[in-house]
Amino acid sequence: MNDLKSGSNLEKVLRAGHFALTGECGPPKGANVEHLKEKFSHLKGVVDAVNVTDNQTAVVRMSSWAASAVMIQNGVEPNFQMVCRDRNRLAMQSDILGAYAMGVRNMLCLSGDHQTFGNHPQAKNVYDIDSMQLLSLVKKMRDEGKFLNDEDIDVPPKMFIGAASNPFADPFEFRVHRLAMKIAAGADFIQTQCIYNMDKFRNFMKMAVDMGLHEKARILAGITPMKSVGMAQYMAKSVPGMDVPESLIKRLRGAGKGKAAEEGIQFAIEQIQEFKEMKGLAGIHLMAIEWEHRVPEIAERAGLLPRPKV
Amino acid sequence: MRLSYPSNVKVIQVPCTGRVDIIHLLKAVEDGADAVYVAGCMEGECHFLVGNLKAKKRVQYVKKVLQELGIEPERVEMFNLSAGEGPRFAEIAREMVERAKALGPSPVKMKKAA
Amino acid sequence: MIIADRKPLGELLEMVKDCNKVLILGCKGCVTVCNVGGTKEVGVLASILKIARKKEGRPLQVDEKTIERQCDPEYIALVKDQVGQYDAVISMACGVGPQFLSEAYPDQRFFPAVNTTSFGGALQHGIWSERCAGCGTCLIHHFDGMCPIARCSKSILHGPCGGSAKGKCEISKEVDCIWDMIVQKKMEKGRLEDLTKMKPNKDWRTARDGGPRKSVREDLVQ
Repeated sequence: MNDLKSGSNLEKVLRAGHFALTGECGPPKGANVEHLKEKFSHLKGVVDAVNVTDNQTAVVRMSSWAASAVMIQNGVEPNFQMVCRDRNRLAMQSDILGAYAMGVRNMLCLSGDHQTFGNHPQAKNVYDIDSMQLLSLVKKMRDEGKFLNDEDIDVPPKMFIGAASNPFADPFEFRVHRLAMKIAAGADFIQTQCIYNMDKFRNFMKMAVDMGLHEKARILAGITPMKSVGMAQYMAKSVPGMDVPESLIKRLRGAGKGKAAEEGIQFAIEQIQEFKEMKGLAGIHLMAIEWEHRVPEIAERAGLLPRPKV
Repeated sequence: MRLSYPSNVKVIQVPCTGRVDIIHLLKAVEDGADAVYVAGCMEGECHFLVGNLKAKKRVQYVKKVLQELGIEPERVEMFNLSAGEGPRFAEIAREMVERAKALGPSPVKMKKAA
Repeated sequence: MIIADRKPLGELLEMVKDCNKVLILGCKGCVTVCNVGGTKEVGVLASILKIARKKEGRPLQVDEKTIERQCDPEYIALVKDQVGQYDAVISMACGVGPQFLSEAYPDQRFFPAVNTTSFGGALQHGIWSERCAGCGTCLIHHFDGMCPIARCSKSILHGPCGGSAKGKCEISKEVDCIWDMIVQKKMEKGRLEDLTKMKPNKDWRTARDGGPRKSVREDLVQ
């Protein structure tokens, strides 16, 4: 396997044509390395790479590059996320070099939730460049070996570049074009927002495949298993860009008291089975946030284990 | 109609309550009025179409200001009645006088130096 | 116009708590247009301050004056003989007013009565909305007359982000997603390819990020 861009495990798995599985881990709200290690220990060997969130929902947590470095030190491959909300272009380039120096090889470029959502709403907004430009920036650093200002980089960072895609935000007709733009800007792989509305997603994938996007970048479908009816209702009502059909909420409720979580996992497994066969998909991004200990079971039941060794 | 209403109500006539502005209400309070109210036509029946609605908003504004200053917002009020309702006019006057009595003298009346 | 909101009364009373005699100076410019600092509002604030202080038993003398603008030295000069007669002067103009007054009359205290927010216009009488962030490099022609810098909460140039839902911004249902509007218009006019082209990174030097700005017309400078 030559001409790999980064040599990361995730890249190799996808390049070899395996159906990839990535997980997610939010760093702790503190410097609690033990807690962090405990969290991602469930995912070791169970997924091809673990996303490390960056002050997700604008809540301050240990920085994603530091948590990524801890992961590497413990034999787990991180997918280091960077948002545009908190850093200007200087800090971004600087952190990318730092992360690479610590062994990070996968990077996901995101806009980031607005700080009004988080626990420091008074903070100054950065958003110096947007996620599209960040993708372009990382690609420039990697492929041209240059900083944004065209100066040469002393050992460029060879990252495997990812972007997020939300097929459920509005306007729907434009989402696939935005996905195409992200790929053109530099995304090697895509992780979608978690999917509940299967009809809409099938529609979206059809458009993406028609545009040949699945050949230009590897698309991983996002899944977050519902833990409860309450969770489903909350996500339906209070999380922007989330599409939770009433039918799913009904299904969870119908499972009976205490059984909603199992029903939620069952739904996730059904989704995985369909996604394995769906044209254009190269894998799954499983976001079992604060439920990492259930991931091995879900992966097992969905027939995604053992993970390929590449 | 020769109905009586309390003598401590000073009536200021305007062609339409839309003529009453925030400053007029504030000045009344500033000059020591224990209460001030605006009596306009029934909503929807304003001869000048929306004058009474404007007055209503201005009364709300002044109520909010009074609240912010720690003065009872009930000292300012808006009422609606038709021009022919003599008894209602007197009734409102009595109501506001009772209200002013219950609230006590306006806190804005000059306090004598201790 | 420049849009501003009057400061909370508690804050204003705190500012003048050691004063016995103040002047409220209004402005016939932007703050008159957005009904926060013109002659009428000067009168209302004067009455409010007097009421509050009367209630406290510490009356405040409040004089009122409104001038054409507080952002030109010629008008600032007009109050030369008055400003010294007060314990403090409250300016109801935008942030420029109290600063120009302070520079012209360094021996007097000038307090801002309003919180200046943004450049915008009236949506209807009584509602003013931000339209411009003063970034110094206007690019609304690329977006069919709409500005993503000022009107997108994240100032993104390749929107909408994943939080856009039903035409509203993720931060609040009161805020329109300008990117939804831009995309709809481009689709309607058959100009969608404009949006698929990469826009260069914004050069923030012309914005406030580059430091305080000055505009000069050499031909007008004596």
